[in-house]
Amino acid sequence: MSRPVLETQGLTIRFGGHAAVDNVSCAFHAGSLTAIVGPNGAGKTTYFNLMSGQLPASSGSVHLDGDDVTRLSTAARAQRGIGRAFQITNLFPNLSVAENVRLAVQSKSRAAANLWSRWDHHAEWISRAEHYLEEVNLQDKRDLAAAALPHGDKRKLEVALMMALEPHVYMFDEPTAGMSVDEVPVVLDLIKRLKAAGDKTILLVEHKMDVVRSLADRIVVLHNGQLVADGDPETVIALPIVQEAYLGSMPAAVGAGEAAS
Amino acid sequence: MIQSALSGDLPRSRILSFLLLAIFVALAFAPFLFSGSQPINTAAKICIFIVLVASYDLLLGYTGIVSFAHTMFFGIGGYGVGLALYGWGPTWTSAGLGLAIALVVGAVLAFVIGLLSLRVRAIFYAMITLAVASAFAILAGQLSEYTGGEDGRSFRVPPLLRPATVLFDVPFLGVRVDGRILSYYLVFFSALLLLLAALRIVNSPFGRVLQAIRENDFRAEALGYNVVYYRTVANCLAAGMAVLAGAMSAIWVRYTGPDTTLSFAIMLDILLMVVIGGMGTLYGAVIGAALFILAQNYLQKLMAIASEATASLPLIPHLLHPDRWLLWLGVLFILSVYFFPSGIVGKLREMERGR
Ligand SMILES: Nc1ncnc2c1ncn2[C@@H]1O[C@H](COP(=O)(O)OP(=O)(O)O)[C@@H](O)[C@H]1O
Ligand SMILES: [Mg+2]
Repeated sequence: MSRPVLETQGLTIRFGGHAAVDNVSCAFHAGSLTAIVGPNGAGKTTYFNLMSGQLPASSGSVHLDGDDVTRLSTAARAQRGIGRAFQITNLFPNLSVAENVRLAVQSKSRAAANLWSRWDHHAEWISRAEHYLEEVNLQDKRDLAAAALPHGDKRKLEVALMMALEPHVYMFDEPTAGMSVDEVPVVLDLIKRLKAAGDKTILLVEHKMDVVRSLADRIVVLHNGQLVADGDPETVIALPIVQEAYLGSMPAAVGAGEAAS
Repeated sequence: MIQSALSGDLPRSRILSFLLLAIFVALAFAPFLFSGSQPINTAAKICIFIVLVASYDLLLGYTGIVSFAHTMFFGIGGYGVGLALYGWGPTWTSAGLGLAIALVVGAVLAFVIGLLSLRVRAIFYAMITLAVASAFAILAGQLSEYTGGEDGRSFRVPPLLRPATVLFDVPFLGVRVDGRILSYYLVFFSALLLLLAALRIVNSPFGRVLQAIRENDFRAEALGYNVVYYRTVANCLAAGMAVLAGAMSAIWVRYTGPDTTLSFAIMLDILLMVVIGGMGTLYGAVIGAALFILAQNYLQKLMAIASEATASLPLIPHLLHPDRWLLWLGVLFILSVYFFPSGIVGKLREMERGR
């Protein structure tokens, strides 16, 4: 198999005595979508934070494209291609929707920190931002302040910020949480298009089992911070521990998933 | 042309445009419009504070950094030029050398403070800057052998800028063009250029990132912006601009001392001007500085008149006594923050959108 794009080895973080992510070793490859599932508090978001750099590892390591990035800052990892859409919406509230996306586009450019050119003379950034606005269907709201958007649109903008960064590792943390039923397809279609491109490494935390089934090439199960199962979707879903975890603590999610599929 | 001079960042309110134009015209022609030394002193002070307040707004309004060390940089500029002119004689070379040294010292200090402490929480950063600024003020007061201590230093400026120097034999527009007027225009054009430069910086890609950091530094970092780097550069730029304001002040007042540049009272004034004008808009710095300094200079006179006019009434003349001007300034400040939380500029733009 080819070299993994993103890999963790024995990755651990302790808060006080409690290991929220406990010795997780896992590798993610280009062209595949891995769903990460587990009950609330299993450590999924914390695992993401360790990989994208928001939290420092207590032990273990993170490798990106073969390089050890465990000690690199969040910004440095983003520059190397890790993109993150947060579970709790994280925008620039008083800037316009278009400006939010444009800032994501600007980030990797050589002129990102230019002091003397005018931002509005970089037409290429503006048109690329416009493209990503259209991808999430927010082009009509481009001039609104991000804070003024309804919840569903904020979630879409959250995703658009990651898309506009044009990373090669995409980390979606419950992207559709709290969205109304008719808005969900916009985000799912977008993830499908990303997947179809074939060269992206996509990680998706998602509770809705029907979504996981339809998108994932592989499922990783976290429980109490530990990796308890890893494999192709059919096999993993059939495992007793998964049945138990899902039926035990989240009957609602499975019920909704089954009903919709 | 105007559009490009303002870096595309227009006032976006008719009343604001009018106010800015009025301030610009009044400042540009101050020596010819008003007679006597007080008006031109006031005009020069407004120019200097526009630069100082704009540079502070770069930190507070655009980047979201709360610093109390801004007067320290103002002081470094004042002392740099002042002590150079005092020690090395009143030549352009000493002034230039003093300014260059002040800029380097200011930038290095801003860099070190920034790098060491911009990682910590905002409240700790504010306290660190307060401590450094106090230490600096005490140092300037105690090294009296070099700085003149609490008394400060009076010095002479290069001959061209002295009042006794007359440039033309015939008066221009009824005014004798002397070195003092030349000094004023040196201050005025420096202020104009620095303000336009600041406008360009806040409308550059870099300036846009500063606003992103102010809004949400966590997300800015996740998008790949090295927040500490941006904050440190912003800190150095703002410090450099404050140093230049200090140099302008030294050239104009021909004196440098702890009270005129380093005192905490000036720091408070700057804060008030930024907030009254409107944080995060450089036009707010212009409006805030002009209004505040006019009030500082003329409120007392106005009150003296009002106090006399109401002399026959009980209590009111006491309340209107010129000594109470700070009280009334405080009242004005509270009212303006209450009614215009986004400053005068914010309010005017809101009104324009509402029509
Ligand atoms: N910064 C933190 N400090 C202390 N505990 C934390 C912190 N972040 C997460 N945790 C704990 O780690 C555990 C895993 O949380 P999280 O990763 O958010 O779970 P999930 O995303 O799977 O629902 C929880 O018990 C949570 O309370
Ligand atoms: Mg989570």
